Amino acid sequence: MSARDGILAALKANRPAGDYPLPVVPSFTPLVGDDLFEEFGERLKKMGGRIADGRTGEPLAGVRERLAEAKVIASAVPEIDGNRDLRAVRYPQEVEDVDVAVVRAVFGIAETGSVLFTEGELIVNAVAYLAQHLIVLLDPADILPNVQAAYKRPEFGRSAYAVLHTGPSATADIEGVLIHGAQGVRSLTVLLLPR
Amino acid sequence: MRVGLFVPCYVDAFEPEVGIATLELLERVGCTVEYPFDQTCCGQPMANTGCHAEAAATEALFVKNFSGFDYVVAPSGSCVHQVREHLTAIPQTDAVKKVRASTYELVEFLHDVLKIEALPWAEFPHKVAYHGNCNALRGIHHARPSEIVKPYFSKPLDLLRLVKGVELVDLARPDECCGFGGTFSVFEPAVSAKMGYDKVADQNRAGAEYVVSADSSCLMHQKGCAERLGLPLRYIHIAQVLNGATA
Amino acid sequence: MSVEDLNPRARDGVIHPEVRAGDDESERGQDGGRLQHAEAATKPIRAPQTREAQPRGAKIRGDRPIDQAEAAERFLAAPLHQAAHDERLWDLRKKRDASAHGIPEWEELRELASAIKAHTLTHLDQYLEQFEAAAKANGVQVHWAADGADHNRIVLEILRSRGAKTLVKSKSMLTEECGFRHHMAANGIEIIETDLGERIQQLDNEEPSHIVAPAVHKTRMDVAEVFAKTLGTDPDNDDAHYLAESQRETTRPYILKADAGMTGCNFAIAETGTVVTCTNEGNADLSGNVPPLQIHSIGIEKIIPKVEHLGVFIRLLSRSALGSPITQYTSHFRGPRKGTEMHMVLVDNGRSARLGLEEFWTSLKCIRCGACMNTCPVYRRSGGLSYGATYSGPIGLIIDPTFNKRKYSTLPFSSTMNGSCTNVCPVKINIHEQIFAWRKVLVEEHHIPALKQGMMKAAGAVLSRPAAYRAAIGAADSALKVLPRFAVYNPLNTWGKKREMPDAPRQTFHAWYKQNRMQKPAKDAAPKDTGQ
Repeated sequence: MSARDGILAALKANRPAGDYPLPVVPSFTPLVGDDLFEEFGERLKKMGGRIADGRTGEPLAGVRERLAEAKVIASAVPEIDGNRDLRAVRYPQEVEDVDVAVVRAVFGIAETGSVLFTEGELIVNAVAYLAQHLIVLLDPADILPNVQAAYKRPEFGRSAYAVLHTGPSATADIEGVLIHGAQGVRSLTVLLLPR
Repeated sequence: MRVGLFVPCYVDAFEPEVGIATLELLERVGCTVEYPFDQTCCGQPMANTGCHAEAAATEALFVKNFSGFDYVVAPSGSCVHQVREHLTAIPQTDAVKKVRASTYELVEFLHDVLKIEALPWAEFPHKVAYHGNCNALRGIHHARPSEIVKPYFSKPLDLLRLVKGVELVDLARPDECCGFGGTFSVFEPAVSAKMGYDKVADQNRAGAEYVVSADSSCLMHQKGCAERLGLPLRYIHIAQVLNGATA
Repeated sequence: MSVEDLNPRARDGVIHPEVRAGDDESERGQDGGRLQHAEAATKPIRAPQTREAQPRGAKIRGDRPIDQAEAAERFLAAPLHQAAHDERLWDLRKKRDASAHGIPEWEELRELASAIKAHTLTHLDQYLEQFEAAAKANGVQVHWAADGADHNRIVLEILRSRGAKTLVKSKSMLTEECGFRHHMAANGIEIIETDLGERIQQLDNEEPSHIVAPAVHKTRMDVAEVFAKTLGTDPDNDDAHYLAESQRETTRPYILKADAGMTGCNFAIAETGTVVTCTNEGNADLSGNVPPLQIHSIGIEKIIPKVEHLGVFIRLLSRSALGSPITQYTSHFRGPRKGTEMHMVLVDNGRSARLGLEEFWTSLKCIRCGACMNTCPVYRRSGGLSYGATYSGPIGLIIDPTFNKRKYSTLPFSSTMNGSCTNVCPVKINIHEQIFAWRKVLVEEHHIPALKQGMMKAAGAVLSRPAAYRAAIGAADSALKVLPRFAVYNPLNTWGKKREMPDAPRQTFHAWYKQNRMQKPAKDAAPKDTGQ
């Protein structure tokens, strides 16, 4: 018998007695106020992310400094120009020298301050981790109230890769000292900018 | 109301005044209390060690002693937890089930069954840290444990608030196990004692003069730890405080 | 909202003041406030600078029963390590409380998670087939492994047939179970752990001591020592930022050159064939997105039916583990990147057999959050390595015996059965009741020491016979000699080594009652009158 058949047979034979129906998950009331952008920003900041509002004044003011300091910018959005063309990348290793990557989020989640990307937004998945810093454009209309609402979205069922980022890469494996940039990006800044 | 008094073996042996206070308190609040003379133990030491066969005869004796009462009351959360949840080494006859369902720990009996609202004789003018025995707290639901997201309640603290002069102090880790754990205290002495040391240090830092609990076994362990560390803490069972002990 | 606001009787503060750090190196946020997301401590906790050798774990002697108590005693003999460990994990428990108390439907979420898992486990064959079909349709190559050796053989075959010699991986308890790293090293494959804590443990040639924080038992000085030896860092520099950065800089080249990447799996979704990982470092995403060959090792119990169920589990996982609302990265791997290969290995390794254990099958619900370890007062004072097993702490006590009943026969006794583990478990596994049930099984199958069982037999014989019981404790003048030994069932007097003995009272309650309440004292008759 193959391992597969053996495992399936054992699971059938060892099935516990009793009826265990799949429960219906109710829609819980979101634990956020009406101003989803405000809620999103506050929670993102608690998770180590930064928030900039590009809706008023000069849209890119909040990320100007970060961009100015960068030698290599890989942009996957039309709003910000980069100097590394992600569509020309053949191997993910090629983006290891990127200082700042710029990506648009599919949506944000107010409950946690998270943003979602799929391979469609990232173009090169690895750039969101190998870059030193990440700038994320988010349309305020794309902020969902909670995690539960996010998992009703179709992206999870059709993308080869979908990822929620909530702030930057972090670790506190040494004595609980919080450190950003454990392996992935050292900072994550969400710039609120309508599509 | 016929109440059978169960005095657990270690209370009988080490803390007879806890048994006396329980008896007197129950009588004070109007119960007719009987003490079945052949009682020994609930079987917990054996059952908790996995030795159910070895516990069976003791469990049978418990049921024999306590059949026929409206309520069985004991000043010990862990023994009551054993009777209610784990007295299963003998066949579960109607008599066994009846005894198991009628067995109450003193605090919950006073709080839930008798619904005591005043203890005019009780006065305990001291700073008190309350120790919630784990079986009482999480096994028979004396209070809402800190882990659980439900409205806060505490039956023992409700009762202590009826005692004049009690000043409750707050622990850094109010629900942390003190490390007694029955035979754990013997088979894992190093960890058991360290848990006890941390517990009594917490009580001491909180400024407690007395530690009050509904379980003598935890108190015995903590007292031993506090004395070893030279901390000026005193330990007393809640039955004694509710019965009017002043020190 | 802090936990003190929620628990009216909780006093703020640490119980080991000596580990309270004077300075604070944790990251600060955009508004300047101290951040405490991920597994960060809420207040600076720092083992004092005094050098203290790191205590090592349980001695492993083949299948002989692990002596957890002995290893725990050595851990306690390193008080600086122990205090930092205890305070740090208690802090995570408090963070968990504060986070959970912020969700009104918390207990309902636990119920739902538990019920979804119960349903899935009792229909696991169907959901696995559904998962396999979906994964295949996504272009994934699916493999089945009956046990750890099978898993290692399959992965080695995948690597060899593609000429892969280096593999970067993220943390996976399953691969620890399989002894994956050791097996690959013996077969000439270079394995690099990319989680900081796991990397520390790999470099120190030590197993992870905690499911979520593998090096939580180590102080910064220990890490500095390990890194100085293995990565060439400055042995006198134990700054946590310096150490973490050194690890980042030395690991990155491996990530870039690796032939293959591997991740574990937090959740596997049957309807879509997706593997979900939850990390704070983003290292699973590096392992999955940089090398041209990616492998996901999946314990078969990780299946959940639908994507929407993540809306329950993701809300519970990080809050239970760390008190953080979500991990920094929640990654959903469904299909290969263009031009690369993606493999999924479904591993049984004892799980299907465990499903058949009536009292213990619900332990398969475990989502590996580590909350039971953080709250366990025994674990916090013993260190995870004292259990000598892949899984330590409360969940380990009930899982480990299913891997090796003799070797782990002692573990279910390393608990006070206080029940806190059960209360924090996000999938409501009745952990402490299973510990109780395991003790019964182990006794019935003669896996406890004869001495211990003999003592229980003697205790049972005395306690079931009133006359014998009275004879043992009745004589007041011999109480001091007899009572402690009787009451703690202890021929070795371990009680008195660490604690003062209780005073022997003048008389037992029984004797008092006879003297004060019985009008006609009679040895064996029940009292007729209980009045004064």
